[in-house]
Amino acid sequence: MSDEIGHAGFDDWLDATEEGEAYYLECDRGHGSLPPRRVCPECGSTALSEEPLPETGEIETFTVTHVPTPSFEDDAPYATAIAAFGPVRVTGQVVGVDLESIEAGMTVTPAVDVSATTGDRLLYLRVA
Amino acid sequence: MSDVRVAGVGVTPFGNVPERTGRDLFGEASIEAFEDSGVSRTDVEAVLYGNFMGELAEHQGHQGPLMAEAAGVDAPATRYEAACASSGAAIRDAVMRIRNGENDVILVGGAERMTNLGTAGATEALAIAADDLWEVRAGMTFPGAYALMAQAYFREYGGGREELAHVAVKNHDNALNNDKAQYQRAIEVADVLEAPLVSTPLGLYDSCPISDGAAAVVLTSDEYAEEHGLEAPVSITGSGQGGDRMALHDREHLARSPAAREAGEEAYADAGISAGDVDVAEVHDCFTIAEVLAIEALDLEPVGEGISAARDGRTIAGGDTPVNLSGGLKAKGHPVGATGASQVAELATLLRGDHPNSEHVDGATTGVAHNAGGTVASALVHVLEVRE
Repeated sequence: MSDEIGHAGFDDWLDATEEGEAYYLECDRGHGSLPPRRVCPECGSTALSEEPLPETGEIETFTVTHVPTPSFEDDAPYATAIAAFGPVRVTGQVVGVDLESIEAGMTVTPAVDVSATTGDRLLYLRVA
Repeated sequence: MSDVRVAGVGVTPFGNVPERTGRDLFGEASIEAFEDSGVSRTDVEAVLYGNFMGELAEHQGHQGPLMAEAAGVDAPATRYEAACASSGAAIRDAVMRIRNGENDVILVGGAERMTNLGTAGATEALAIAADDLWEVRAGMTFPGAYALMAQAYFREYGGGREELAHVAVKNHDNALNNDKAQYQRAIEVADVLEAPLVSTPLGLYDSCPISDGAAAVVLTSDEYAEEHGLEAPVSITGSGQGGDRMALHDREHLARSPAAREAGEEAYADAGISAGDVDVAEVHDCFTIAEVLAIEALDLEPVGEGISAARDGRTIAGGDTPVNLSGGLKAKGHPVGATGASQVAELATLLRGDHPNSEHVDGATTGVAHNAGGTVASALVHVLEVRE
């Protein structure tokens, strides 16, 4: 299901990440968070700026999903991981390595590609 | 402040009945609850009803008035939605209303129709309890989310699939006597370990089933119970709610449930008890790892030791603190909007002594119910006590 009407803030983030310019939001007290967001969830500050996301992150935890939702039917089995990039963590599908060899601690870079099932863009974590 | 009495409870059998509508299920649960309570429908002042996926499963919004009608009650009605903690949230509000004197009699409960969606459809519907942009769009399912927590737990505190398997075995054993349970069948550790994987490290038997069902509870003020001579020995004496960031990746801890800890501490303080006073617990074991995180958050086990509680017998029927004597979500079933209210119903009957498993908690006076929404971005905890 491709969205004709997009998602303000989130699509911009995917665009930026595709161009190698991924970012996170930082408030004036230094808390990091992900867009779309108008208020820092940590302290309520409304002074948010876009700061470059660190180029690489580290996988903290992962899973290989064998029973997907219909939107990922043709993608399964696939690995989903949470990776830390400096002050923020992101969730994405792990690519660039056999599913069996994924480990916590692996270094990843953010990338945008499309789902095999829907053709929608989604966030991938590429193992270097 | 009035004590809040559990006057009556009703729970439908949980299971696979795709043709039954939500209103049919809740109607049945409410009949049982009214019969159990001896309270007249005309005395009900409000209906508080939990439901999560009614729009997707039944093309039905605005379910509050519909369910009051199904229960034969002419009173203002509101639906509560907090994912799988929907009816736990409804119970908390009912407790507050009775305590502050606003209402004397409330019908509270919930229902969910799920199996008509099929496994794929229900998996998709459940997934919307996660962050759509950052989690669902990355392919995260609910089993997947709990699997991420399980892997993080193993990495931080140790343990593995075998310890988790004991949680499933225990809860299936507990459901053997519960004729309302979806699975009344014993399983062994090997069955769990050999089952197909859903999201590593969680397999089919680490996961609760997709279920249809409803639960209803009639709550009254102390004054109403006295005036009407109700036999209602169990009261809800503590209530707590905790919250956390929506997306798992935004949490401080990936292997703990701070929202449940917050809710538990609040509920214990509200009731004036401590974790050591708890005789029996019903916790939200949508996946085996969820029970481990819950009992640690409720301080029934030290952090990092909950993983061995079922294996070492501490939470089994004959253990120090039996957990999920109903069979839990794992074996009793998990019609999500009904779950929180069904936990209160199970605990009330366990403490009253008329539950099939009451023999395992003979003399027990204090129970705790833990109901979680999403990956525990919402948590509701209630303390029930015998107040003769």
